[in-house]
Amino acid sequence: MILDLDQFVRREQGFWKELESFLGKFEGRSDTRFTLEDARRFHYLFQRTSSDLAKIQTFSAEPELKRYLETLVARSYPHVHEERGRRRGSFAGWFASTFPRAFRRHYKAFWLAILTALVGSAFGTFVVLADPDSKHVLLPFSHLLGDPSERVAEEEKRAADPEERADQGGRRGTFSAYLMQNNIRVSITALALGLTYGVGTFIVMFYNGTILGAVFADYIHAGESEFLFAWLLPHGVIELPAIFIAAQAGLVLGRAMLGWGTNVPLRGRLRRVRPDLVTLILGASILLVWAGLVESFLSQHHEPVIPYSVKIAFGLVELVLLVIYLAWCGRHEKREESRG
Amino acid sequence: MKGGIGRTASLEIRTPEGVVFSQPLASPVTRFLAYGVDLVIISLMQATLREGLQLMVVISEDIAVAVQIALFFVLSIGYPILLEWLWSGQTVGKRVVGLRVIDEGGLGLKGTQIVVRNLMRAVDAIPAFYFVGGLACLLSKRSQRLGDLAAGTLVVRSPRSRAPRIQDLLGRMYYNCFREHPHLEARLRQRVSPEEGQMVMHALARRDDFEPEERVRLFGEMADYFREMVTFPPEDLAGMTDEQYLRNVADTVFRGRG
Repeated sequence: MILDLDQFVRREQGFWKELESFLGKFEGRSDTRFTLEDARRFHYLFQRTSSDLAKIQTFSAEPELKRYLETLVARSYPHVHEERGRRRGSFAGWFASTFPRAFRRHYKAFWLAILTALVGSAFGTFVVLADPDSKHVLLPFSHLLGDPSERVAEEEKRAADPEERADQGGRRGTFSAYLMQNNIRVSITALALGLTYGVGTFIVMFYNGTILGAVFADYIHAGESEFLFAWLLPHGVIELPAIFIAAQAGLVLGRAMLGWGTNVPLRGRLRRVRPDLVTLILGASILLVWAGLVESFLSQHHEPVIPYSVKIAFGLVELVLLVIYLAWCGRHEKREESRG
Repeated sequence: MKGGIGRTASLEIRTPEGVVFSQPLASPVTRFLAYGVDLVIISLMQATLREGLQLMVVISEDIAVAVQIALFFVLSIGYPILLEWLWSGQTVGKRVVGLRVIDEGGLGLKGTQIVVRNLMRAVDAIPAFYFVGGLACLLSKRSQRLGDLAAGTLVVRSPRSRAPRIQDLLGRMYYNCFREHPHLEARLRQRVSPEEGQMVMHALARRDDFEPEERVRLFGEMADYFREMVTFPPEDLAGMTDEQYLRNVADTVFRGRG
């Protein structure tokens, strides 16, 4: 049996157009809300068009019309059958609870990222102490290649000169923005390389650890520990954990790719970790914005402008606050959830 | 899901109502075209921003450059995320080329999926020009780059197809002698497949495009093919050209029982 296509199209076209206008509204704005009546009408139109498609598939001789109806049904389908609710919440709530809780859920991956960086820094330390010339290969920044004591003397001389200070002050914003976007880019790469079953993330962490180890070894060996800590602590105590958090997300992704200790298929595993990946990388990015500001506007000031002890103390306070934030925030909600 | 090497794959979804519909998956080439359009848009926006920020230089060059670096970065990362979220899986490039990102189950896109698929570009773009992503697309059964795999998304072709206006052609139909034999017409309707019916419609619609000799030969072959399906009484077919025979077939198939 074949439909009377002409009559069929004439009879149904009005419903298809109406469904199309509904879809136009849905697709134009992602937060469109409808009244109950509208929702009922939309559901009716979807069912009617689906039924038309079923008829066409069985009886008709019109591929163009079939494609048109398929497009309509395909566009309507997610709006009718979506079960996953939209989570709506404030940014403050997310920052105070969702982020630290996501961090704690995957704390082992965080420690693994730190451990990898530590292994890298041990390697960097060993290489620089065993062969000081290897600095030129290991360190990507030109200002780190010279003698640490000479650099400290130069920085302190520059800090004492009002003209130099004014000149540097005129470039702080640019430097800060550059640092932020560069660090966030590195963090996103550390996350995305989780797709390589975590191997790429391990390599990024090891490499960054190597650089850090080499710098530490170089400055401590030259007797410039105070300068080093005063220079790195104010921003480093936030920047490094932020990059470790991004790597943590990468390792969580890597583990989901591998699927150790679970029978859930790959798609299910990825679906499960996805919200945490986004939370972790967003949290890391926010921390990196703060670290960028501190690095540009505080870390680059040296004695006599700001005493080293003040900078070190500032860094330690930041570290304590960060530990409290990541370890404690949102615990209350977890208890309430488990009671509920 | 169906597909294979050498033909465009499609995602097939069966709704709880029992209706099956398919979504044609986008090829890597069309996706690259859409990306190219987006790249042009981003560049234009960056150029506009740069011009706009020139005004800020008067206040402070440092702040102007800092804002420029920050906005360029936010734009390059945020453009696809924001547009795919606002336009249900489309960016300007995808709209122009007719593509849409969908959930791999055919459902709506979640914000986390959009963020993940776009952040994973860091790996897909390695080493240059989306080599890794393109390769993954070619090797993947569902044309997914690595970002799509992680996000559980697919890119489908989303043409705005319209209900066809076949009435124009059917309106020109004349007296159909097949109507004298409803039982034979019913058999013909039963045996003609959708593709065969469509072929006749297209051949008739494009009759003037063919060379006269070729048209006679083509319509002859087609008419013979349909004559073998159902045999109408020879006295009714006397003097009927092949083209008239095909018009009768089209009328019978598409007009239904009048």
